[in-house]
Amino acid sequence: MGSALVLIFAIMSVTSRKLLRAAIYLLFVLIGVAIFYLVLDYMFLAAVQIVVYMGGIVVLFIFSILLTSHLSEKLQVVKPLEFIIAALVSLIGAGVALSVISTHTFKPVVADSPEITVFEIGTQLLSYGKYGYVLPFEVISVLLLAAMIAAIVIAKREKKPES
Amino acid sequence: MNIYDFKSLTDSIHTSLSVNLSPSAVTIIEFIIIAFAFMMLFTLLGLILVYAERKIAAFFQLRLGPMRVGKWGIAQTAADAIKLILKEPLVTKNADKFLFNLAPFIIILSTFMALGAMPFAKGLHALDFDIGILYLTAVSSLGVIGILIAGWSSDNKYSLIGAMRSGAQVVSYELSVGLSLLTVVVLAGSLQFSEIIASQEAGWWIFRGHIPALIAFTIFMIAGTAETNRGPFDLPEAESELTAGFHTEYSGLKFAFFFLAEFVNMFIIAGIGATVFLGGWMPFHIGNWEGFNRIMDFIPSLFWFFGKVAFLIFLMMWFKWTFPRLRIDQLLRLEWKYLLPINLVNILFMAFIVLMGWHF
Repeated sequence: MGSALVLIFAIMSVTSRKLLRAAIYLLFVLIGVAIFYLVLDYMFLAAVQIVVYMGGIVVLFIFSILLTSHLSEKLQVVKPLEFIIAALVSLIGAGVALSVISTHTFKPVVADSPEITVFEIGTQLLSYGKYGYVLPFEVISVLLLAAMIAAIVIAKREKKPES
Repeated sequence: MNIYDFKSLTDSIHTSLSVNLSPSAVTIIEFIIIAFAFMMLFTLLGLILVYAERKIAAFFQLRLGPMRVGKWGIAQTAADAIKLILKEPLVTKNADKFLFNLAPFIIILSTFMALGAMPFAKGLHALDFDIGILYLTAVSSLGVIGILIAGWSSDNKYSLIGAMRSGAQVVSYELSVGLSLLTVVVLAGSLQFSEIIASQEAGWWIFRGHIPALIAFTIFMIAGTAETNRGPFDLPEAESELTAGFHTEYSGLKFAFFFLAEFVNMFIIAGIGATVFLGGWMPFHIGNWEGFNRIMDFIPSLFWFFGKVAFLIFLMMWFKWTFPRLRIDQLLRLEWKYLLPINLVNILFMAFIVLMGWHF
């Protein structure tokens, strides 16, 4: 049922002709994914999904929509040729994914996997031993820092001609 | 230790239901009971807090406040609620009807989900996740989406400006709320509410955490007040410039939803503050004063929690009726140039103290 909801809202989000409604349908899709994580008993990922995607990205989308468009604006209907190409590409993508999933044999996971606590995630994230994630963690933080500085530089450059 | 435990009550309900019902039916009935309890709490909180706000505002302005309906105006908010229910729900002509009607529900939903994680008393705790604080920050960040949609879909300049201000404000102050809570998580070593409370058995973190805990508490109260869009940070609904901000076009029950959500959000912020900094339902203890501590233990945990929350709510109302409203640039400067850097340094400081074992 959850996956049906996700699919329906995904299609609605793509077909909606109002920009903000599309963003809201996208929000519902992401909530559906968070519910999947909850059902899988993976609380931490569900919460992160909500924080990052709903609290961050969707809010950013909505904010930029508020700044740039008006209520009465409607998106143009896509041309038939474009529609057909897009449909073909998405069908091919879905076909590839399905064929891979159906042929791949999943190893049975341990029957009752112990509940993963935040404590374990935290220590694992910063451990430099075996299966530790400290290097990716640091690399990503450097990348984020670079992105932030770049954003500041871009924002500053626009202001110069005014003053 | 505290002698009143709600665990026995919830356990007795569970066992009496399990006697002649299947487990799934028991779960469903328990869900219904909990949902009903939370809805009652929600409305009651709304009624009581609105009355308290009006009375406290009157007190600060040397007035009497509502006095006509009932003794000391106690029935005033109930009468207002009936009026709101009977009002016609208006929709502006060019509004995006679907989003216009959706917005109040998103806001009320996020408030409800946050309220579910509140530890009210010993053993009285609906959701006790391992990720408690992360869950709360996640859920409460959903509310801003409701505000943004409300402002955009009502096709009104004032609403739009109010929504934009609110978006900028909530998104930036969320950081401070999260970081100031993290400061105590460093101390407590857990995100789970029950464990945070249990770690404060020897004393509340605000007393045991030295100066960093005090700084974090101050920042939390400021940022929390800002996150609930209350004065002096009530720019999104600044009456004098924007009529009512993002909910200008709402009437009747939908307006009541926004209104209720604001007050319950205030309760949630005060509740988190009481839980994380003031020990939740833990009674007040002083070192080795055995007799004093015994007497304090006799006060039920429910009273401790609601007493602390009431104190913090009074503090927030005090802010509102004392300080003038900030301008948007002042608001953002306060957050990004003062609170956030202070907070980051504070967390480092706290981590250092915990590493050296200097806290009590």
